[in-house]
Amino acid sequence: MSEPNSKAKSSAALVQSRRNALRSYLGAYGFMAPAGVLVIIFFLIPVAIVLYLSVTNLASSNFTSDLARMEFIGLKNYETLLNDQFARKIFFNTIFYVLVTLSIFNVSLALVVSLLTTHIDRSAGFVFRALWILPRITSPVVYILIWKRMMAEAPFGILNQFNELLGQPTYNYVSTNPWVFVVVVNGFIGVSFGMIIFTSAIESIPKDLLNASLVDGSSRMQRIRFVILPLIRWPLLFVVTYQTLSLLTSFEEILLLTDGGPGLYRTEVWSLTAFHRALSNYFGNAQWGYGSAFAVLLVLIGVVLAVIYMRVFRFDELIAEPRVEAL
Amino acid sequence: MEIRIDNLTKKFGDVVGVEDLTLHIDDGEFVAFLGPSGCGKTTTLLTLAGIYKPTEGFIRFGDRVINTVQPKDRNIGMVFQSYALYPHMTIFQNIAYPLKLKKVPKNAQNEQVRQVANVMGIGDLLDRRPGQLSGGQQQRVALGRALVKEPDVLLFDEPLSNLDARLRLTMRGEIKHLQKNLGITSIYVTHDQVEAMTMADRIAVMNRGHLQAFDAPDELYDRPKTRFVAGFVGNPPMNFVDVEVSRSNGRFIAETDSIRLALGAERGSAPAGHDGAVVMGIRPEDIQIDADGDVRGEIFVVEPLGREDLIDVRIGSHSFILLADTERQHQAGERVSLKFDMSQAQFFDPRTERSLLWKQ
Ligand SMILES: Nc1ncnc2c1ncn2[C@@H]1O[C@H](COP(=O)(O)OP(=O)(O)O)[C@@H](O)[C@H]1O
Ligand SMILES: [Mg+2]
Repeated sequence: MSEPNSKAKSSAALVQSRRNALRSYLGAYGFMAPAGVLVIIFFLIPVAIVLYLSVTNLASSNFTSDLARMEFIGLKNYETLLNDQFARKIFFNTIFYVLVTLSIFNVSLALVVSLLTTHIDRSAGFVFRALWILPRITSPVVYILIWKRMMAEAPFGILNQFNELLGQPTYNYVSTNPWVFVVVVNGFIGVSFGMIIFTSAIESIPKDLLNASLVDGSSRMQRIRFVILPLIRWPLLFVVTYQTLSLLTSFEEILLLTDGGPGLYRTEVWSLTAFHRALSNYFGNAQWGYGSAFAVLLVLIGVVLAVIYMRVFRFDELIAEPRVEAL
Repeated sequence: MEIRIDNLTKKFGDVVGVEDLTLHIDDGEFVAFLGPSGCGKTTTLLTLAGIYKPTEGFIRFGDRVINTVQPKDRNIGMVFQSYALYPHMTIFQNIAYPLKLKKVPKNAQNEQVRQVANVMGIGDLLDRRPGQLSGGQQQRVALGRALVKEPDVLLFDEPLSNLDARLRLTMRGEIKHLQKNLGITSIYVTHDQVEAMTMADRIAVMNRGHLQAFDAPDELYDRPKTRFVAGFVGNPPMNFVDVEVSRSNGRFIAETDSIRLALGAERGSAPAGHDGAVVMGIRPEDIQIDADGDVRGEIFVVEPLGREDLIDVRIGSHSFILLADTERQHQAGERVSLKFDMSQAQFFDPRTERSLLWKQ
């Protein structure tokens, strides 16, 4: 009598618990839905459109907003791109720009600033860091105008006015050393990001660990090398990855500074080309299809780099589970 | 290494960490800094280690003033409550770190690390990382790392506070044993008076940045020089009650509204000479439940501790903690007579809180 009864009870319980599981499953998706919709509308769909555009020859001459009526040309854009005599130069320009800006400013200088400002009086450190954030929070147009005004040719440029005042020869700084200009101006913006991340990482290292290192016999420099740097490896990876990608895709400062010049593609970078081709062609012909091909390759390069960084910094080891054993 | 601390003050802005501390520690001595949380123990230890610079005063190791000497040049080993092991290094690398900084050759490093690890019983864990070890194992590693450089001074900052009770007992014995064997001058910070009493040759009791007493454990226990020391040292803590001590025809009497106790001249004459009320202190083990007792009270609570019962007896408005044999099976509400061993009573000035019996 009691046997089937309890069985019925337990199967009812099973159904009930399945229902609960389903409910919490749906609940989870419900909560994720708003973010999911945003990602789909503003990321996945545009990426898909760009991918599609890159295999069409859409340009201002044959413009249509109807996806179905665009002319499919396969990988022809990519073929053109690979044979483009300037693509090679622009590619190496991009690598140069990203590597130099990243290594000197976004990572090294950011690290130096955060190490220095965490080794001095707390409030002084805070003031110095606040100064370094200024380029980041200034509107790019204003910021670039300040630089241009400073470095402009005689008699307009502020530096050159000083040169004249001191009886020195004047220089055309921008056209003689456009890369220095581009890297420094972008670098100053890039320092703050790494600086914030590194500073908070350094400040979250337990005080006991830092004290232990000094008592164990290290100088402050040795402590940085043997304790602090290894302990902020993960933020370092994050900053390198994130800043590589952001440098690869940022072009507005270069656009405003040199517009890829002076001369033919002297400081043109990949993302700027994508913009020039697709939206601002010199010849008044916007080649959306061709520009998209540039953009797609840029995404591919970014993904490949991200994977490489993960390998180099042994990401899997960072998240490995500990093997704890009680005494 | 002999350590001489003279008039040491360390302030953080307006906050006083430790003030006017004078303390001389003999070579090879094991000294405990005992006091409640926030009394300046860690501050003193970190100043000795060179992490903080003294605001005032002098610290000498031997004859050398080391006020401005960098931590790395003090040859100190330190063990932290949080263990402070480097999480990115293996156990081997952790212990070898001080040697590496001293530029000891690789094979000598290897030998010394293994030797220390074997003494600490962690020889088989050398290629693990700290995160893979239990708390007890980690504390052994931390001790190994402090010992491997053969320091002149060992500093411990509440090293056992994060361990469970059983492990604490074993480690307590091991640390004391190691210290005696190696003869390294050691300072051991703790808020646990049992640890301090059992391990240290002398105990420096601190409160709110000030040194209260610096004496051998039994000296602190039997002849506490301040009321704070009397209350802090000993478990369960000493009972305190405000009394008037008077002398009438050659005998001394301590009394309150509800208690009247006779005491001998060696304890009674000093408080009797004091103007007004004094604070009397009496330890739980110096009060017995005894049918012949001369004070009557009522049991308020009985707390079984296993070996004995902790009993709270109320006499009028006063409360006394005492210990009694479990076999007597006392019950709350029971009326009992108490016998006070007044030859052990302590007396303090209620205003200065200094002992009236033992001069500083
Ligand atoms: N780095 C610091 N900055 C400011 N105040 C501190 C600092 N370290 C300790 N103090 C203060 O000094 C006093 C003593 O602290 P501490 O030595 O850590 O006590 P303990 O180790 O005995 O618990 C406390 O009031 C504490 O708030
Ligand atoms: Mg402390």
